Amino acid sequence: MADSSLARAVRWDTVVGALLIVVLLLSFGFVDGFGNALNLSFLIGNTLPIALIALPMTLLVVSGEIDLSVASTAGLSGAVMGALWNQGMTIETIIPLCLLLGAVCGLINGLLVTRLGLPSLAVTIGTLAAYRGIAQIVLGSDAVTDFPTQYLDFAAGRIGDTFIPYAFLPFLVLLAIAVVVLHATPFGRSLFAIGASEEAARFAGIRVKRQKLILFTMTGLMASLTGVFWALHYASARYDNATGLELAVIAAVLLGGIDFDGGKGTLGGAIAGVFLLGALQNVMSLQDVSAQSQIVVTGVLLVLSVLGPRVARQISVARAARSAG
Amino acid sequence: MTQRSDTGPSPVLALKDVSKSFGAVRALRDVSLELFPGEVHALAGENGAGKSTLIKTLAGVHRPDAGQVLLDGEPTVFHGPADARDAGIAVIYQEPTLFPDLSIAENIFMGRQPRRALGRIDHKATNAATLALMQRLGVELDPDRPARGLSIADQQIVEIAKALSFDARVLIMDEPTAALTGSEVARLFGVVRTLREQGAAVLFISHRLEEIFQICQRVTTLRDGAWISSELLDGMTEDDLVRRMVGRDLDELYPKQEVQAGEVALSVRRLTREGVFTDVSFEVRRGEIVGLAGLVGAGRTEVARAVFGVDRWDAGEVEVDGKALTNGAPSTAMAAGLALVPEDRRAQGLVMDMSIERNIGLTGLRTTVKAGLMNRGAERSRSLDWAVKLQVKYARIADAVSTLSGGNQQKVVLAKWLATGPKVLIVDEPTRGIDVGTKAEVHRLLSQLAADGVAVLMISSDLPEVLGMADRVLVMHEGRLTAEIPRSEATEESVMAAATGRAAA
Repeated sequence: MADSSLARAVRWDTVVGALLIVVLLLSFGFVDGFGNALNLSFLIGNTLPIALIALPMTLLVVSGEIDLSVASTAGLSGAVMGALWNQGMTIETIIPLCLLLGAVCGLINGLLVTRLGLPSLAVTIGTLAAYRGIAQIVLGSDAVTDFPTQYLDFAAGRIGDTFIPYAFLPFLVLLAIAVVVLHATPFGRSLFAIGASEEAARFAGIRVKRQKLILFTMTGLMASLTGVFWALHYASARYDNATGLELAVIAAVLLGGIDFDGGKGTLGGAIAGVFLLGALQNVMSLQDVSAQSQIVVTGVLLVLSVLGPRVARQISVARAARSAG
Repeated sequence: MTQRSDTGPSPVLALKDVSKSFGAVRALRDVSLELFPGEVHALAGENGAGKSTLIKTLAGVHRPDAGQVLLDGEPTVFHGPADARDAGIAVIYQEPTLFPDLSIAENIFMGRQPRRALGRIDHKATNAATLALMQRLGVELDPDRPARGLSIADQQIVEIAKALSFDARVLIMDEPTAALTGSEVARLFGVVRTLREQGAAVLFISHRLEEIFQICQRVTTLRDGAWISSELLDGMTEDDLVRRMVGRDLDELYPKQEVQAGEVALSVRRLTREGVFTDVSFEVRRGEIVGLAGLVGAGRTEVARAVFGVDRWDAGEVEVDGKALTNGAPSTAMAAGLALVPEDRRAQGLVMDMSIERNIGLTGLRTTVKAGLMNRGAERSRSLDWAVKLQVKYARIADAVSTLSGGNQQKVVLAKWLATGPKVLIVDEPTRGIDVGTKAEVHRLLSQLAADGVAVLMISSDLPEVLGMADRVLVMHEGRLTAEIPRSEATEESVMAAATGRAAA
């Protein structure tokens, strides 16, 4: 039973990967303007914020936790970046400070969850509101746009005439690191154990609280990196940057087969889920589907991706019961 | 005493040549069973012998592929558990599932409480009916008490009362004593005798052979899904029964080797956790098996948890090989050479959805590593090694541990910890709920470990096990160590006296 669910999780990765390829092929064939290099670079560039946060979010959900405050942390980092730039600080000083701030935001989430034993869902809904509120206090309704051009060019540009944005290359490095951490290190192995059974993990000498604290901190750090990228990519630092991004990240990760209850899934699947969602959003934009309707699609995908594995499980249970009874 | 086999009353419930398969697995083959009113009937067999399938067939969960279920001699088909319940058949499971926030009376009469005008629930009548049931059972339990906080023993009584309220004539008890203490078992047996005198038929399942001889009149034995025998227990010996269950003579159940005790390996001094246990001091030497006995709730498991670091202690100290352990840190305890095979293997010992390989691997996350990465080859060979050494029966090492039988799951927990090469091994209820064959294997293993110089602390509620395996017996009562009894003086009486606080030995 559990063995077959393991096998199904493996198959689900492949399913999402295959679905991604099908969507891409159909889009190349039937959607005007999809296949040119410029549009593809837009697709990747616009999906990168989701992808960047999906890396730590995957690890977090595998360990049975979640962080809904990531988009607010990204917004706060952007706002602080804008405010400090207005103060005349150099960008080389600002970016490390923003990353530090993000790590602290994540650390706060982690401490509330591990020291006080609060559920991460509740804690991070709270900090989702709080971090965004602070962002608004810091920057007000200003938009800061005059960042140094070489940074803006790096965040928005692509390599020659190819479809590959510059920023995609550092992402690939981060992806490789995340894959190794989750699937090839003792730390990653312990996350699967924690997510599947926290108590059994503790009885096996795994330092559950410490691992979770590390994860929340890394998630905050990556969220602020995403906030910095966002402000540069769109050449606009505002307090409401990346609003609602957590929805897309979580929808994509669950779509990629990461079990909401923890303990199951692969990063490959999660990233396939991210780019599947990104491709769908891109196609909808090309077809002039409104941004509001796109959010509806994201929400429906989120529900389906949670529902799908459960329905599949019930079907297989029913089938087993029928063959047994 | 029981001579009703041929001439007496007819069976109230019977199976006749019942077979049941799941896919290619034949769980039951031509099994017959007759349950008579006023008789306690034991169902014996090792894990996987088909006991569970048989119970589920009687309870209407499974329908037989071939053969018949006879109710009062008439062939019957149960279309589901509700049919069986309406026919007066009730199953009492090892761990009852009550609604914790409802009272005892509400749990018993859930959904069918006596009503007053306007459909309001009549609490008085509900409580009165509950009291009447408790009196029939000869037990004192307050109907108004919430189920939360009831001991497992009391919860079982509530389930039995519930069954009576349905006018159950057949009571199936699936390992009811596995989690009970000696005095709770005695009370349960009192209830069972009362029910028997009132004419109920009881089917009783237990891995503890002495209990079968204590309470049952007749026994049916299954082996590998096949019926082996049905006979009166009068005149049988435990060895006879074991031979029918395992199909051969079992090597000694308690193969204790004499070992010269060595250096002190585990030293616990004045350990206290407020409100749980107080001032607990003891030592375990290399080569020794020390039993830790006491009633459930005496604080034995809690001491083990604190020593290993899963819980914090408030005062005292713990040393392994002379090195002090950090309070509340299992990882340092492991590094010092301590291993704990916990009480609840499904929740604490194993990650049920993970493979056998990775469960064993969990204790090797620090050792099967190369350049910071998991060394998968080393992990697999370490897991395979230990799975083979402990003779775990599995199809593939990558199968989830949830696919294994209870006894094999327990072997995986042992494998997981023996793979760390512990100096001190604490085992908490190491043979609870596992069959007699595996039990003997576990005992042989513990004995061998002690002979190899490991210090073993064995917590067990199974008194014959404690007496059979331990060099010394420590006894706890209400959070304190009340006695230390050498092997030569340890008897059921001396241990129970200390465990119930009647005497300090």
